[in-house]
Amino acid sequence: MYEQISRNKWKSAALIVFFMAFIFVLTWFFEYVTGWGKGGLVLAVAVAMGMAAAGYYASDKIVLGISRARPVTKDEFPYLYNVVEGLAIAAGVPAPKCYVIDDTAPNAFAAGRKPETAVICVTTGLLEKLNRVELEGVIAHEMSHIKNYDVRLQTLVVVMAGIVALLSDWMLRSFMWGGGRRRSRRSGSGGGEGVLVLVGLALAILSPFIATIIQLAVSRKREFLADASSAMLTRYPAGLASALRKISADTEPLEAANKATAHLYIVNPLKDIKGGGGLNKLFSTHPPIEERIAALEKM
Amino acid sequence: MGAFVLLLVILGGLVVMAIGMYNSLVTLRNRCDNGWSQIDVQLRRRYDLIPNLVETVKGYAKHESGVFEKVTLARAAAVNAQTVKEHGQADNMLTGALKSLFAVAENYPELKANQNFLMLQEELAGTESKVAYARQFYNDTVMKFNMRQQVFPSSIIANMFGFKPREYYQIEEEVAKGPVKVQF
Repeated sequence: MYEQISRNKWKSAALIVFFMAFIFVLTWFFEYVTGWGKGGLVLAVAVAMGMAAAGYYASDKIVLGISRARPVTKDEFPYLYNVVEGLAIAAGVPAPKCYVIDDTAPNAFAAGRKPETAVICVTTGLLEKLNRVELEGVIAHEMSHIKNYDVRLQTLVVVMAGIVALLSDWMLRSFMWGGGRRRSRRSGSGGGEGVLVLVGLALAILSPFIATIIQLAVSRKREFLADASSAMLTRYPAGLASALRKISADTEPLEAANKATAHLYIVNPLKDIKGGGGLNKLFSTHPPIEERIAALEKM
Repeated sequence: MGAFVLLLVILGGLVVMAIGMYNSLVTLRNRCDNGWSQIDVQLRRRYDLIPNLVETVKGYAKHESGVFEKVTLARAAAVNAQTVKEHGQADNMLTGALKSLFAVAENYPELKANQNFLMLQEELAGTESKVAYARQFYNDTVMKFNMRQQVFPSSIIANMFGFKPREYYQIEEEVAKGPVKVQF
């Protein structure tokens, strides 16, 4: 358990470092191709951060609104509140507010930028279909997302993906419109230039895909990390494993979920993606359920 | 001159390290206190629920006075407990007594259908798991605090400023793990 947690942390840190290195390489080509100099990077960082900041501060409200979640009191759902409060004590964070989605498909997610303002949202189906230990496993998973500041990390990754998208977009535009300026600036540099320009073009086209793949890889690592921390909180990995099995066996799709919010849930609520294939795995927000259960059973 | 600057840099680095270690020890000590008060809050909540529960069960099962007495006595012992160890022991006794109370309740179908009783049962179950989680958090924190005092080099700072290791909150083996005797 302890090794899994530290390995997961290390892996997501490595992914972030790799992402940064990727941005630096891209910047170098960007300077070369467009001739904008460092100003381009500064502008891209500023725009991407501005967009992400808006998402960062409004995200929880937007997500809860889209999912048609309603806040509930302890009198309505004493069982849910007791489990949430217990695990908040175990994690050493303030008890988050509880929201409920009236849907029979079992699922759950956590939102909020920091533990003090965090929210845990579950469907009524989850409360009906899971027993207490399974529910504790699921809530502990969400509590780990809160405790590990995963929303903050995801925002950071989204900012970086945004920077990459902007840089490559501007690069492509400069290939189309700004070609003359580049040629006149570097007229004497010989044959090596052609290769570099080609590499730049390839990077401009490919890097948004690469950025998305890294972003999704970070998301999957955080799911594994939250699973391992959940086991750490409940000291009973079998509870979450059994809950994951039940949730994934449930064929009902969650009506309030869509592509934009799917990555938040404990199990992908859009049931159309079947695991297995390499490409599917590369572009999915969640690791395959079987792998998560296997990791839990190894603890 | 160069050697003097180097010495100053090394000394400065050591001082910064010592301050860091001292602060992390203080942080952990406060976290232990906080963890303990969390347990205390949940235990109080549990003690407050018990008289209500006893009253509710009494309404349906008047002649089970032995069980009520046992629960009331165990509760009183738990409320008056002082040290970490006493708390642990009294709490285990109370857990045993409550188990026999719920076993008694099993024999009264009307009681089991009572809304008030069901709510109290859920509250008590919730509070008990909160006690367990608070205990887990406290013990984990104590482990970190005690370990920080034992490992080098923070052990030097711990000794210098007189940090003392904390006591774990333990569950008595016999009561916690052995079978529960139920008397009817």
